[in-house]
Amino acid sequence: MSTVTRPGVKPATMAQALTRAMRDAMAEDPTVHVMGEDVGALGGVFRITDGLVKEFGEDRVTDTPLAEAGILGAAVGMAMYGLRPVVEMQFDAFAYPAFEQLISHVAKMRNRTRGAMPLPITIRVPYGGGIGGVEHHCDSSEAYYTATPGLHVVTPATVEDAYGLLRASIASDDPVVFLEPKRLYWSKAQWSPEAPAAVPGIGKALVRRTGTSATLITYGPSVPVCLEAAEAAREEGWDLEVVDLRSLVPFDEETVVASVRRTGRAVVVHEAAGFGGPGAEIAARVAERCFHHLEAPVLRVTGFDIPYPPPMLEKHHLPGVDRILDAVARLQWEN
Amino acid sequence: MTVQELPGAGASHRATPPPAWRPRTEAAPLLPDPEPYRVLGTEAAAGLDPELMRRYYAELVRGRRYNAQATALTRQGRLAVYPSTVGQEAAEIAAALVLEEQDWLFPSYRDTLAAVARGLDPVQALTLLRGDWHTGYDPREHRIAPLCTPLATQLPHAVGLAHAARLRGDEVVALAMIGDGGTSEGDFHEALNFAAVWQAPVVFLVQNNGFAISVPLAKQTAAPTLAHKAVGYGMPGRLVDGNDVAALHEVLTEAVQRARAGGGPTLIEAVTYRMEAHTNADDATRYRSDAEVEAWKAHDPVQLLENELTARGILDEQGIQEARDAAEAMAATLREGMNADPVLDPMDLFAHVYAEQTGRLREQADQLRAELEAEDDA
Ligand SMILES: Cc1ncc(C[n+]2csc(CCOP(=O)(O)OP(=O)(O)O)c2C)c(N)n1
Repeated sequence: MSTVTRPGVKPATMAQALTRAMRDAMAEDPTVHVMGEDVGALGGVFRITDGLVKEFGEDRVTDTPLAEAGILGAAVGMAMYGLRPVVEMQFDAFAYPAFEQLISHVAKMRNRTRGAMPLPITIRVPYGGGIGGVEHHCDSSEAYYTATPGLHVVTPATVEDAYGLLRASIASDDPVVFLEPKRLYWSKAQWSPEAPAAVPGIGKALVRRTGTSATLITYGPSVPVCLEAAEAAREEGWDLEVVDLRSLVPFDEETVVASVRRTGRAVVVHEAAGFGGPGAEIAARVAERCFHHLEAPVLRVTGFDIPYPPPMLEKHHLPGVDRILDAVARLQWEN
Repeated sequence: MTVQELPGAGASHRATPPPAWRPRTEAAPLLPDPEPYRVLGTEAAAGLDPELMRRYYAELVRGRRYNAQATALTRQGRLAVYPSTVGQEAAEIAAALVLEEQDWLFPSYRDTLAAVARGLDPVQALTLLRGDWHTGYDPREHRIAPLCTPLATQLPHAVGLAHAARLRGDEVVALAMIGDGGTSEGDFHEALNFAAVWQAPVVFLVQNNGFAISVPLAKQTAAPTLAHKAVGYGMPGRLVDGNDVAALHEVLTEAVQRARAGGGPTLIEAVTYRMEAHTNADDATRYRSDAEVEAWKAHDPVQLLENELTARGILDEQGIQEARDAAEAMAATLREGMNADPVLDPMDLFAHVYAEQTGRLREQADQLRAELEAEDDA
C-alpha cells in the first residue's frame, strides 16, 4: 500500500520472507531450532526452510523421523530445557496426529506448572486451499486451534506480515500456531529484507483498506479476496473497509469493533467451514459490542460445511468475490 | 520396443543381484535375556553394597508407608484419587535413586512415589490428586516433569529434553516411566524411535504391573516381552525383576551410565505386580483372582530386601525399627500437611494461561472478581 521507497526494496515472495524470518531469528538467538519432516537438505516441501541447514547445521535444523506427535512432543522437551523450537508441520491435515501433544501439553504446560514452565514453541502449519491440492492438503484447521486456550493463533496475509509475525511468534514466550496460507506463498510484494518493517506483535489487527459502507472482517488467504471484492464493490456504489485480523488469538476486538461502529455493517469472511468456525465467534462478539451501531445483522461468508472438496470443485467451495458481494448486497440497504 | 529389444533379454539374460544390503544394527546384543534379571536370593547378592542397601531399605519402608497414608487420605476424602504403588515400590525408588542431581525424571500419574524419593515434598507431590493445582511444584527446581496423566505423552518430552541437553553439552540423562498398557500408545513408539535415531540419553522404564486398569498384558501386546520391543528401534532391551531393588539398581545404573556416556537409550521392562486396585475407584476382584495376588505377596519387594539384608547381617532389628520410625514421622507430616485446607485464590484461574493476559481473559477475570465481591457482600 505504501509507495515510499526504502533502501533494498525489491520484489519478494511470502515464502522468502518466512525463510528470512527464521534465518534472522536463528542468527540472533542460538536457542532457536528448526525441526520437522524434510526441513533440511530439501528445505521443506514448500522450500520455506531453504538453505537453513547449510547455514546453521543439522543440530539446529533437524530432519526428524516421520512422526508428528514425536516432533511436537520432542519440541516440548526441548523447550523445557530452554530451547525455542520452530516446528514445521508438512501440511494442515498432517498436523492432526500431533493434536494430543498440542492440546494436552503445548497449550497447558504453563498453566499446569503455575507459570514455572512456559513453552516458547512456534508451530508452522501451511493451511488452506486454492492450490488444487489432493485430499488432506487443503484443510482450514484454524477452528481447532482457536478453540484451545493456551495457544496463540496467527496468520499473515502479506509478505511483510509473514516476516514480522513469524519473528514475533518465535520471540513469544507462549506457544504460537503460525498458520501459513499456502496459496499466498508465492505472492509477491515490494519488500526490504535488509530493513524489514517493524514487527507488528501478536494480537493486532490492521485496517487494510478504509471505507464507509461496510466492514469485511477477514484473515490469511481471504484477505486478498476481500480487497478484490472491495475494489469490485466500488462499481456498485459501496465503499468497503477491510480488516485483516492477523491474529485470531488474541482477537483484536478493539480494531474490529471500532471499524464496525464506523460503518454499521459487517461481513466475516473465511475459508474454514462456517459452523463453529472463527467467524461465528467474531460475529457474536460484533453483535454483542456493536448492537446499537448495526444497520443489519452480521453476515458470514465461509467455506461450506463439508470436508475439503476435490481440486476440480474447490472453486465452488471457496468464498470468492461474487459471494462476498452477494453478502454485502444482503446487508439491508434502504433504498 | 519389442521384447527382443529389451536389455538383457534373450539367451544372454542373467538376473542381476539386488544392490548390497545389510541390517543397520546387529540384533543379538539388543535382545533382552529370557528371564528377568535378579540379584536378591542369588549368588550375586554377595556383592551388595551394605550402605546403599540400607538406604534402599529405608526408602522402601518409607514408600510403603507413603502408599498406605495416601490411600487412607482418599478414604477421608482428602484426596480425590490415589493410584497406589504397593508392590511396585522397588521400581519407583530405584528410578529416583539412580539419577544424579542434574538428571530429569519424567513420571506418569502413578509415579508420585518416585517423585518423593527424588526429594519432592510429599505434600506437594499430592496436590495434583488433591485438586488444588495440577502440578504443585516447580519442575525445574527438582528436575521432575509434571506427573503426566495422558498415557505415554511424557515420553517424547523426555527425549526432547535429553536431546536438548546433549546439544548444549550438558551431561543430563532423562528417565521416563510408563506402565505396561501405555506401551500400546503411539507416543511410546514415536518416543523410542526418536530416542534411538537421535541417540538421545534417555532411559525408558516400563513397570509391567500386569494390568492396565482391568486389561491384562496378554490383551495389550503379542510381543514376547515388552523389553523385546527395543530391538525394533535399535536400542537394547533389558528385562529385570521389578521387585528386586538390587537388580533394578544395577540394570538402571548401567543404562543411565551408557546414556550419559553417549551410548544412547535403553528400554527396561521391570516385571512387577500391582497389589492394590488401579485406584480407589476400581474393583480389582472383577478381573483377577485372590490366588494370583497371594502368589505375588510372597515376592514382596520390601520383604525380599529385608530377608536378604538380615540374613547377611547388613540389617538388624534396630535398623528395621529406625526405618519404620522414620516412615511414621513422614506419614505424620504428610497427614498434617494434607489435613490443612489449602488456601486458594480463584483469581489464579487467569494467572497462568498466557505470559500476558489477553483482553478476553481480563474481561473474564473482571467478571469473576465482581461475582466474588457480590458473594462477599451477601
Ligand atoms: C491417552 C489415555 N488413554 C486412557 C487413559 C485412561 N487410563 C488411565 S490409567 C489407564 C491404564 C494404564 O495402564 P498402564 O499403562 O499399565 O499403567 P498402570 O496404571 O498399570 O500403572 C488408563 C486406560 C489415559 N490416562 N490416557
